[in-house]
Amino acid sequence: MLRQHKPSLWAEIWKKRTLYLFISPFFLLFAVFGVFPIFYSLYLSFHSWSGLGDKTFVGLSQFQYLLGDAEFWQAVGNTFAIWFLSSIPMLFFALVIAFLLNLPSLKGRSTYQTMFFITNVTSIVAVAIIFETIFSNQYGLMNYLLSLIGITPLEWLNSGFLVKVVIASMVVWRFVGYNAIIYLAGLQNIPKTLYEAAIIDGANKTQIFFRITIPLLRPIILFTVIMTTIGSMQIFTEPQILLGNSGGVGGAGMTMTLYMYNEGFLNNQFGYASAVSWAMFIIIALFSLINWKLVQKA
Amino acid sequence: MASDKFLTKALTHFVLLIGVIISIFPFYWLVVMATNTTSDILRFPPKLTFGHELFTNVKNVLASIDFYQAFFNTLFVSTVTVIGVLFFCSLAGFTFAKFRFPGKNMLFTALLLTMMIPSQMSFVPSFLLIAEFGWVDSYKALIIPGLASAFGIFWIRQFCQDAVPDELLEAGRLDGCNTFRLYWNVALPSLRPALTFLGIFTFIGVWNDYLWPLVTINSPSRYTLQVMLAQLNGVYDTDYAIIMTGTLMATLPLIILFIIFSKQFMKGVAEGAVKE
Repeated sequence: MLRQHKPSLWAEIWKKRTLYLFISPFFLLFAVFGVFPIFYSLYLSFHSWSGLGDKTFVGLSQFQYLLGDAEFWQAVGNTFAIWFLSSIPMLFFALVIAFLLNLPSLKGRSTYQTMFFITNVTSIVAVAIIFETIFSNQYGLMNYLLSLIGITPLEWLNSGFLVKVVIASMVVWRFVGYNAIIYLAGLQNIPKTLYEAAIIDGANKTQIFFRITIPLLRPIILFTVIMTTIGSMQIFTEPQILLGNSGGVGGAGMTMTLYMYNEGFLNNQFGYASAVSWAMFIIIALFSLINWKLVQKA
Repeated sequence: MASDKFLTKALTHFVLLIGVIISIFPFYWLVVMATNTTSDILRFPPKLTFGHELFTNVKNVLASIDFYQAFFNTLFVSTVTVIGVLFFCSLAGFTFAKFRFPGKNMLFTALLLTMMIPSQMSFVPSFLLIAEFGWVDSYKALIIPGLASAFGIFWIRQFCQDAVPDELLEAGRLDGCNTFRLYWNVALPSLRPALTFLGIFTFIGVWNDYLWPLVTINSPSRYTLQVMLAQLNGVYDTDYAIIMTGTLMATLPLIILFIIFSKQFMKGVAEGAVKE
């Protein structure tokens, strides 16, 4: 009897060694700069360490301190406020632009797309510097425009609320076009036959919009909501350039990432900064999950 | 009816044009400031038209900072990263799309999961690692961690499945190509549109990166444009003409690059989102 020779798993792997070699660069880099850092940061978060000398094991005390750290919670609050002020207008305007760009008879669509997207190509540093002059306290362009309609100049960068409005406006400006292009792609992917069928069935425009367009666009909306949430939670450059490392007057523009940067790289509290990054991760993960559930239900 | 249609069209263009003006205005304003003197910029009401000071301002920028060095650093780091990303991601993407090997699905799932890990988690330890390697203040710190990306591999794999037919690979194999030759001579030419998008996408990302170079680079001779701009903004905070001209000089090359490639790029952005 001839026995079917089945190659062992190792022989199979050895035979395909070039394939493993081809995919290895990513996995090596990820092991070094992705996996290792995550575990190392967990390890660091249980230690007190200034970057020099020995690490002292402190158990959970840094997390305990974090829970009562008013500055951290202010940063969390600020980050959420900026997220709220930016994401709703951003996604709303993006939807409006996408619907207009999707009108079948529109001319110059691709030029419009480029013009709307160009804001997203610009570096945040440059955007923050430009917006700084537009919203400067006394002689800014915005205050000049307001004076034309009889509103007295506002101290944009001295008010805890207005500072967040300025930061949110940068985010909105940079990302409206990006989200509009994504919505447009989603709209163009909806099969034309669905609309035709609805018209034959006697549906009016409002019904078509709410019964066909919005439901079929939902996965794309979900995608943009999650991306926007994760992006907003990591805001750093806008407040840092606009207000400096302190986060401005009374820390009104201090965000979670800016706080982590301060603790790690200015105060050399690497252990505590790691604890902050883990707390941020938990907050972002929970918040993304809530968003996910809400958008799926809506 | 006809006038009704005309009204809808006019209204559509009107709303879109307002959006475009808001999009473009900050760039216009940047050029206005870069062509005027600081005292003109600080006037109230502000001067809203172009001035004649651009060349003086550029000269002042070049005298106060090493713009060329920062420009070269940024260009070098972006270019090398793009070459690395295109090579490693297309090789891996091709492998995942067209071959079977033990553990493939598991490895690919792991790769997708890595995209969900927020970057700030590894920020502090990655910096410590760079310090441990002795890479602080070097191009290595800016280039090596970004040489391959999960997104890039995912992107190429998606594209490769349709763009490179199995029959073509079979024909190549009969002609005696080894796996690398199949990648290099058969798959790579068909992957050009996907590579163009991935290349521009990566280039823009590296060019504009700020936080990572900010912590890993200390000496001005290694500053990238973004770090240099932030320094300029901090040190010359009363000399708006210099800051704005520097900002314009750092921003313009990328904008021009984007406009040249905008068609391919926009297509890529749209495809990526719909495929999720």
